[in-house]
Amino acid sequence: MRYLPLTPADRAAMLARIGADDIDALFADVPATALLAGPVAGLAPHASEMAVERHMARLAGQNLTAGAVPFFLGAGAYRHHIPASVDHLIQRGEFLTAYTPYQPEIAQGTLQVLFEFQTQVARLFGTDIANASMYDGSTACWEAIAMAGRVTRRKKAVLAAGLHPHYVSTAQTMARFTGDAILAATPLLAADAGDAATIAAIDGETAAVVVQYPDILGRIPDLAAIAEAAHARGALLVAVVTEPVALGLIEAPGHLGADIVVGEGQSLGVGLNFGGPYLGLFGARAKFVRQMPGRLCGETVDAEGKRAFVLTLSTREQHIRREKATSNICTNAGLCALAFSIHMSLLGGEGLARLAALNHARARATAEALAAIPGVEVVNDAYVHEFAVRLPTEARSAVRAMADRGVLGGVALGRLYPGAAGLENGLVVAASELTSDEDIAALVAAIKGVIA
Amino acid sequence: MNAPNASGWKPHMGTAEAATAATASGDRALNLEEALIFELAGPGGCGVDMEAPALPPVAGLERFLRQAPAALPGLSEPEVVRHYTRLSRQNYAIDLGPFPLGSCTMKHNPRLNEKVARLPGFADIHPLQPKHTVPGALEAIAQLADWLIALTGMAAVAMTPKAGAHGELCGLLCIRAALDARGENREVVLVPESAHGTNPATAAFAGFRVENIPATADGRVDLAALTARLGPDIAGVMITNPNTCGLFERDMKAISDAVHGVGGFVYCDGANFNAIVGKVRPGDLGVDAMHINLHKTFSTPHGGGGPGSGPVVLSAALAPFAPLPFAQRGADGAVHLIEEEEAPADHPASFGRMAAFHGQMGMFTRALAYILSHGADGLRQVAEDAVLNANYVLRSLEDVLDAPFAAAGPCMHEALFSDNGLPEGFSTLDIAKGLIDEGFHPMTVYFPLVVHGAMLVEPTETESKAGLDRFIASLRSLATRARAGDETLQSAPHFAPRRRVDETLAARKPRLVWQADAA
Repeated sequence: MRYLPLTPADRAAMLARIGADDIDALFADVPATALLAGPVAGLAPHASEMAVERHMARLAGQNLTAGAVPFFLGAGAYRHHIPASVDHLIQRGEFLTAYTPYQPEIAQGTLQVLFEFQTQVARLFGTDIANASMYDGSTACWEAIAMAGRVTRRKKAVLAAGLHPHYVSTAQTMARFTGDAILAATPLLAADAGDAATIAAIDGETAAVVVQYPDILGRIPDLAAIAEAAHARGALLVAVVTEPVALGLIEAPGHLGADIVVGEGQSLGVGLNFGGPYLGLFGARAKFVRQMPGRLCGETVDAEGKRAFVLTLSTREQHIRREKATSNICTNAGLCALAFSIHMSLLGGEGLARLAALNHARARATAEALAAIPGVEVVNDAYVHEFAVRLPTEARSAVRAMADRGVLGGVALGRLYPGAAGLENGLVVAASELTSDEDIAALVAAIKGVIA
Repeated sequence: MNAPNASGWKPHMGTAEAATAATASGDRALNLEEALIFELAGPGGCGVDMEAPALPPVAGLERFLRQAPAALPGLSEPEVVRHYTRLSRQNYAIDLGPFPLGSCTMKHNPRLNEKVARLPGFADIHPLQPKHTVPGALEAIAQLADWLIALTGMAAVAMTPKAGAHGELCGLLCIRAALDARGENREVVLVPESAHGTNPATAAFAGFRVENIPATADGRVDLAALTARLGPDIAGVMITNPNTCGLFERDMKAISDAVHGVGGFVYCDGANFNAIVGKVRPGDLGVDAMHINLHKTFSTPHGGGGPGSGPVVLSAALAPFAPLPFAQRGADGAVHLIEEEEAPADHPASFGRMAAFHGQMGMFTRALAYILSHGADGLRQVAEDAVLNANYVLRSLEDVLDAPFAAAGPCMHEALFSDNGLPEGFSTLDIAKGLIDEGFHPMTVYFPLVVHGAMLVEPTETESKAGLDRFIASLRSLATRARAGDETLQSAPHFAPRRRVDETLAARKPRLVWQADAA
């Protein structure tokens, strides 16, 4: 077996040194009834690298690859061009095959990356600080709700109707077990993001008001107004960003009064990967630092006074605090954070602004082309990279029919909100720098074809 | 040797003092310091070429526009490649040598797995594409699920948890949902003192009250104490098996039977499944739920701290409550992805969704490639070699390091030592930092908490005998130096990119982001 260095002679010599007659002598603590006599039945034996690669390539070949067709899906996962250097650098063994940097003297590479990443996220979000990442946007969102509960000592969260439904479900699942109250609503297929309803739901018991920006339909809520209303009632504003590229164009949530900003960082550096692994981003006001979940990297010095970085404030974390920890999270999304950070280091703030403007221009071109189709209505009056349209037909079947014509034409709201009245004909369409004029023409033709 | 070479040219070799003199750059040959990206360049640059936008913002967007771009540097590609390459060289990694972190399982990461995970048919598909456009992705998930179920002897598997601790949460939420379905409000989860910190943290996160179970003198769960505590308020137990002392819980089946006898559930922390994969099926020991860290047993790369992946295998009693989405094979052999829409008919008791989308697909493909490469026979060999390597380390060092449970018999995949016997003034930390100077990553230190000054060594199956012999020789040397009172050990490491780091300063005055004026 190509991954196992021990030879039969090694094994014999080692057993002799140990003083064991055979390998099963080392499994003596396993009850005889539970120790298997041979390989688990019904499973294949080992296979060559060539055979495994062939098998996996066959499975991969059965999928319709996003890059092979005109592609307009978003709704929480976004396709962008990733510079070649990103994937090259994250495959360096010193990053790929390192562990959590618990021994800082020989992990300054990972630690400095995390410190730079935290600074990039904080400046992108407009928050004082950021952590070293969470699993993904949806779990970061729940962690923010839980954190707001610790800060305010309240147990109620108001979720704006435009929050991604998977994020809503994740919060509802957790709240069912923690006893938090969650107020959630289904969005309307309309230009208005529903800020008034969000504000009206805030009361003196509210710990967190959670607002996605831009929201699931690509609309842009007025964060400043919601922040003011939340703060007036002693609640925290949690802003959720599922597409960080959008923050190249629209104001950072932290600059608009958000107390905690979380997000999905996948769109920079990580790729689609059928939904994971992704990258949870988490920023907040500095005064809340001791209530933050997740790893934090801080600057310090070594015994010779040289600048050094180290994981810090771990008294919040499970391996120290056990059942009193701020979260049970034990990992971050290290390699995805590295990819995000490299991509961001290439772009810089100016490049991100240009990329966002370009994404918006492609989205605008797409929206104007779709609006020209008789019977199709663009819902949004404002959007960055993604917008909703109302088709004259049920969108789920339209999406399936478009796929059969070789166009991945968007996400049907019926997939996200099964059975919700008034959303059946809704389609969320995302564009990016990868969207060509030919792609737009293909989408227009496909939609015309399926609604005809 | 300062001798002429065959050409007669004799290099000038310099003096020893010159070798330690300061350099103008601060670098020393291949020992390269690296500034922060914020110090390398100010905002304004950009290392990505792109076209100019052809259209201005729509009118409705104007009031939302960002006032100024984020103050972030954008570097050219050569600068970026050099920055991260220089930083990478400040890291130790499994690619450089043994990384014997007990309980963390740092084994070789096969590069085939990286290659297949990057196939566009897996890496470049969107989680919300119409399901009929991704049958190969669903089949890959189902094939991995089939293997995990067969290897553990369980009824089902929840694939979506994002990491081990998230898997623990999944298992406990299944238990909570099962108790709710019975109309029972059991509050207490029993956790051994030696457990990973995630166990009590997860139980608390899921709304349970945690009580500790004591251990016996031989490092196992005290069955009598556990049985005495069982009653109608016990929701379940969380047992790590093999446990964090590197020992198999001999009484696991008896524990399961006792807990089931009072209506509770058995959660097994599968962090150490790599010790028994192919040799023991946890389902045969009465386990109801167990997470599997794909980054441990099945070698998806740790990546400097993630991403992980923590599928949870479930007993028939807990399977109905598994989270959404849930991949299930139909009678026709085809894979069905049950989401919110299908759940009311096909998976009605699910406790709901615990994250967006379908789980860590990029880890599934790597783990599946690892599993197919090893096969049923190879996986069994993995466990045997991991256990053999650990026992080899244990028996090669027990004369110079205290091994608290060694007299009682073999260990599993990791060898546990303590600081007992080290002279006054010398600690486990000194041994660990000394290992850094020897060119090895230290073992896990001060865990498990039940052993004073614990040193937990997990070599894994991917270390050769020759490699282990070098590691053992270094550890013997360090133990001997400590016993001899060698004070240079107390200030180790001497040869790493950094000397011991001031963690107190970092925590007392947290500096978590770079600020220009703080430099």
